[in-house]
Amino acid sequence: MNFDQDHFTLFALPRQQGLDAARLEELYRDLQARVHPDKHAHLSPAEQRQAMQRATRVNEAYLTLKDPLRRARYLLELAGHDAGLETNTAMPAEFLMAQMELREAVAEAKEAGDIDALDARHRTLKKAVRGEFEALQAALDAGEYERAGELVRQLMFQEKLLHEIDDALALLDA
Amino acid sequence: MALLQISEPGESAAPHEHRLAIGIDLGTTNSLVATVRSGMAVVLNDELGRSLLPSVVRYGVDGAVEVGYDAQARQAADPRNTIVSVKRFMGRGIKDIEHVESMAYDFVEAEGMVKLRTAQGVKSPVEVSADILRALRERAELSLGGQITGAVITVPAYFDDAQRQATKDAARLAGINVLRLLNEPTAAAIAYGLDNAAEGIYAVYDLGGGTFDISILKLAKGVFQVLATGGDSALGGDDFDHRVFCWIIEQAKLAPLSHEDARLLQIRAREAKEYLTTHGEAPITARLSTGEFVDLKLTTAIFNEITHTLVHKTLGPTRKALRDAGLSPDEIAGVVMVGGATRMPQIQKAVEDFFGCEPLNNLDPDKVVALGAATQANLLAGNRAAGDDWLLLDVIPLSLGIETMGGLVEKIIPRNSTIPVARAQEFTTFKDGQTAMALHVVQGERELVSDCRSLARFELRGMPPMVAGAARIRVTFQVDADGLLSVTAREQTSGHEAHIEVKPSYGLSDDEIAAMLKDGYTHASDDAFRRALREVQVEAQRLVEAVQSALKEDSHLLSTLERAHIDACMARLQAVMIGDDRRAIDAAMDALSKGTAEFAARRMNQSVQRALAGKKVEEL
Repeated sequence: MNFDQDHFTLFALPRQQGLDAARLEELYRDLQARVHPDKHAHLSPAEQRQAMQRATRVNEAYLTLKDPLRRARYLLELAGHDAGLETNTAMPAEFLMAQMELREAVAEAKEAGDIDALDARHRTLKKAVRGEFEALQAALDAGEYERAGELVRQLMFQEKLLHEIDDALALLDA
Repeated sequence: MALLQISEPGESAAPHEHRLAIGIDLGTTNSLVATVRSGMAVVLNDELGRSLLPSVVRYGVDGAVEVGYDAQARQAADPRNTIVSVKRFMGRGIKDIEHVESMAYDFVEAEGMVKLRTAQGVKSPVEVSADILRALRERAELSLGGQITGAVITVPAYFDDAQRQATKDAARLAGINVLRLLNEPTAAAIAYGLDNAAEGIYAVYDLGGGTFDISILKLAKGVFQVLATGGDSALGGDDFDHRVFCWIIEQAKLAPLSHEDARLLQIRAREAKEYLTTHGEAPITARLSTGEFVDLKLTTAIFNEITHTLVHKTLGPTRKALRDAGLSPDEIAGVVMVGGATRMPQIQKAVEDFFGCEPLNNLDPDKVVALGAATQANLLAGNRAAGDDWLLLDVIPLSLGIETMGGLVEKIIPRNSTIPVARAQEFTTFKDGQTAMALHVVQGERELVSDCRSLARFELRGMPPMVAGAARIRVTFQVDADGLLSVTAREQTSGHEAHIEVKPSYGLSDDEIAAMLKDGYTHASDDAFRRALREVQVEAQRLVEAVQSALKEDSHLLSTLERAHIDACMARLQAVMIGDDRRAIDAAMDALSKGTAEFAARRMNQSVQRALAGKKVEEL
């Protein structure tokens, strides 16, 4: 087993967006059960370092594959498609309008300390995001990388908002 | 070395040798040591049959160091030299510590961590903790009748890097080989989960003397996976005592107290709190040095009223941990209660109300952490019995990041990442011809550097001058299985490499540790030498056995030449390990380790491939 291979190969999973989550969990545990530093705690420092590096690698691969957005970004990377995630900020006007409105509503709820409103926004946004993930999978399966890249950019935008709502809720809780 | 572990799953490479491993719960109020004996985790008692060791150290004017009950008994008489709850000072500066004004110590503000002036000189919290750990190590050695191979030491899950590093330094100072730092709630989950064969998602609510942790874990098929953790590293039973203490002063209308009287009333406050666990009201009486007499009654109703904000303070982190795990309270199969402070009825009720289920109290909340730690220590030391195998996947509690322009934090590793974990980020220069770059490593959730804990500052020097923005500096954060961070930075474009390992600014430098160790050894130096030699000989023997057993099974993975090289290295080690030249043994071990590294890697790969082929480990 070569730890320099790509994440899908490391986990012996097909290189695609659709993923058997239960199978991934199972493989992750099997792999960690072999490489985790706890299994090598009584060995020499050099071997412990090696175990740490391998466990780190397995964790990284697992996290990338588990999260659908990171998985999609990784697939685009493997396909050699530059989605311009850091530079390309062009998005459909309609999408931007909707997002701006949503952001304003969140900001207002945050200002008012309205936990219920924030919770509700979180739920509706989550639902919208689910639909886009389905579209993303279809685009990746069909090899439509332009379209997939666009969806990834939109989803990154939305996930960021979800995080902001989370943080706002955490602050109100404190 | 990796050869040992994968020799025969479910069995240690040297089945006849039982390695003495211990678990230590280094608590704010009390500490414990436990071990696994005949397959059962047990707490080791002192010669009087007491399991707890009060985490109290007294540095007497006469040069004596008392630890535990003796020190505790003298605290009101000698408050300045008697250190209680030292865990609250670990890895902390004076401005981080609450209620400093009511503490009887002579604080010395030092670079990074606060220190205390005692009759025996200035002591750092690391040294005080080391004295507690030493007492526990000696108890274990006496009770087990041999040298301890290693220990698992528990820390609050919410401890940051500086606090973890300080704990590890204290263990080193106490002559303890740390197998792993283990999060307290995770240790409790092991003890509970293995005892009850629990499966599902559990919460561990751990309110100790000075710290609060909440962890959400998934227990399935021998894997304990921490999904999220949260807490408050400065909230615990001590704070309840403090509220009662303030209430006494207010009710009795007392003038400013002497150190002795303050400590006496703090003791009375704690006693009253404990009494209320089983009674409706607690009498509080004390005669002060001023001749004043305190005579009060604390009812449950008043106690609940003056402490309800503290109870409430535990629920915020609990909600946050659940949100991080993406779960709601009703998805939790059970809540394991840990820490002496969870005995308070109002805590039990708050937890029951929040989760909508009765908390699990069937393990002694004082002992469960030490028992879990002992169980894990036994596994890490390689004493596994057949079928006795599980895996812990823990997380870091707080995000790690780096300061960027304008005092903002760029998060590099988010909180609740499963460890070990590494993440790299690229930065660039902002001035033409810039040859150095300052990096500031911080930990915390806030966006501003000033709101996070500063862990380390270092500079990457000697970069070739380039135009602004052309340099690519790759900063890599690596968190190991103890939850400890190291950072490296490297300039990429020029091929020029600068490499820096970081120690937290709150940790002790290696020189400081070496100096303290030397101090300790002036008392027992020849002892130390023999111990060190014996340790390295045991290590060497273990290495030889591991290589032999690996060769027996998998020599087909080696060419004749490779085999000959390993045999030569092994013969060399066997020749020197019977002597008393530690350096020669170290060098020979190193050579053998290096000589077998490739072999170990091939065996690991073979084993991983088998795992992936979907076969059961037992069938291999």
